[in-house]
Amino acid sequence: MNELLSLLTNPNTQWVLAGSSLLGFASGLIGSFVLLKKQSLIGDAMAHATLPGVCLAFLLFGVKSIPLFLIGAATTGLIATYCIQAIVKHSRIKTDASIGVVLSVFFGLGIMLLTYITKHAKGNQSGLEDFIFGQAAAMVKSDIQVIAVGSLLIIILSSLFFKEFKISIFDPNYARGIGLPVSVFNLVLMALVVGVVVVGIQMVGVVLIAALLITPPLAARYWTDQLGRMGVIAGVFGAISGVTGTLISTAGEGLPTGPLIVLCASLIFVLSLLFGASKGIIVKAVRQT
Amino acid sequence: MKAIEIQNLAVTYERQPVLENVNFTIPEGTLTGIIGPNGAGKSTLIKSILHLIPRLSGDIVVYGKPYKKQRNLIGYVPQRSEVDWDFPTNALDVVLMGRYGHIGWIRRPNKKEIQFAYECLEKVGMKEFANRQISQLSGGQQQRVFLARALAQDAQIYFMDEPFAGVDAATEKAIMKLLQEWREQGKTVLVVHHDLQTVKDYFDHCLLLNKTPVDYGPTESVFTLDNLERTYGGAISFLGNSPILTQGG
Repeated sequence: MNELLSLLTNPNTQWVLAGSSLLGFASGLIGSFVLLKKQSLIGDAMAHATLPGVCLAFLLFGVKSIPLFLIGAATTGLIATYCIQAIVKHSRIKTDASIGVVLSVFFGLGIMLLTYITKHAKGNQSGLEDFIFGQAAAMVKSDIQVIAVGSLLIIILSSLFFKEFKISIFDPNYARGIGLPVSVFNLVLMALVVGVVVVGIQMVGVVLIAALLITPPLAARYWTDQLGRMGVIAGVFGAISGVTGTLISTAGEGLPTGPLIVLCASLIFVLSLLFGASKGIIVKAVRQT
Repeated sequence: MKAIEIQNLAVTYERQPVLENVNFTIPEGTLTGIIGPNGAGKSTLIKSILHLIPRLSGDIVVYGKPYKKQRNLIGYVPQRSEVDWDFPTNALDVVLMGRYGHIGWIRRPNKKEIQFAYECLEKVGMKEFANRQISQLSGGQQQRVFLARALAQDAQIYFMDEPFAGVDAATEKAIMKLLQEWREQGKTVLVVHHDLQTVKDYFDHCLLLNKTPVDYGPTESVFTLDNLERTYGGAISFLGNSPILTQGG
């Protein structure tokens, strides 16, 4: 208990916790839109595809610079998303297969580059391996600032244009009919997903960041039938997962943060599946008797 | 008064012509049924007029001005099957979407808008379902919600894509009552319609379509066996006074 208290009073931990809760909230919120648009897997592919970008940035500039890493991550993430859509558009391949192909190619490339980096150069000090599963303990104040600012921006944008996102996802043709630039909103949504992934990979890692986009909204759906509430509940679930995962990871000497955050989100999902006030299994069973 | 003029509209899909040579003018205050076999391009016609899909050519003039300047005068009721009814929202919220064009960007609907949405729901007999999750509504009730949303849009010209598909008899009557009300208010309505037997009762004008308009005009002069055979390719016969399809259209 004392250990936990001293951890909580540590200013660095406080920073990390603030960052992880904001990141969790942002990804839960934006994930709600993505889930309803049935594009969760594109987010997953995009996340995996950020790894070669991080590695390339390191190889090109030879320094461990978070801003450069994030630019690299965003670039390859966006290229992957574009590839998925181009394959679907110009061939008979369906979205799921296209996502599978692109995800594995980009992630394979990323792992190859990462192995090269760790074996050569002064690789052991690069800390790039932390990008695979995330390592909150290794983060410094400036890393957290990037996460906080990015997450806040994402939260503000999606709240401002909440009404517009809602109608472009629910009824895109109708939205176009009233003159809304639906394709612009689709692009902005994709950009926001890239944003969450890119600011979040250092903490959660490229392999599991997508789970933070998918699981909290899925859990939230069991509690409400209103998109607004779903977004907020998903955000809160994301934040709880972020904070809990980070705390355990920081206290538990080097346990990777990403898996702990995702396990926590999954536990919330299972509880929601059972006890959810709107669609939970138990509520449904009680209603039927 | 001309409500809508379509000039030289053509649409292709993967280089195949879907619609060509579409020219017609719809007078204000008319109720037009768009009739034609499957694949005739009925939905495509509506969507291309509304600028939802790209046109190869064609000008759409609404009350003498280009379509894009007159968007606020246009209401649209898509096919029910086009949206995800599991979406986390309720009937009132869907109707409020009809006000989004008036409310403008970023701003939230105020009390007046919400009150108006309730009134629209009441008009289609759905007020008590306002807070019902949309997946828990029947097909007919979902269509009424779409209708209430169209009412909330408060448009001058309405386009409806198969509003009668899969709805109960009471809803069909309610829809027709509303369409006739709109016509009396001088509004113009275009409806993609499938059931040939009701055409004469429902619509004062008819557009017979098969990739290109076969004929357009008042129902009594356009809705003839000869014209229908030209539209459907000879698969039509009359049973008493109403035509029926004898081969799948």
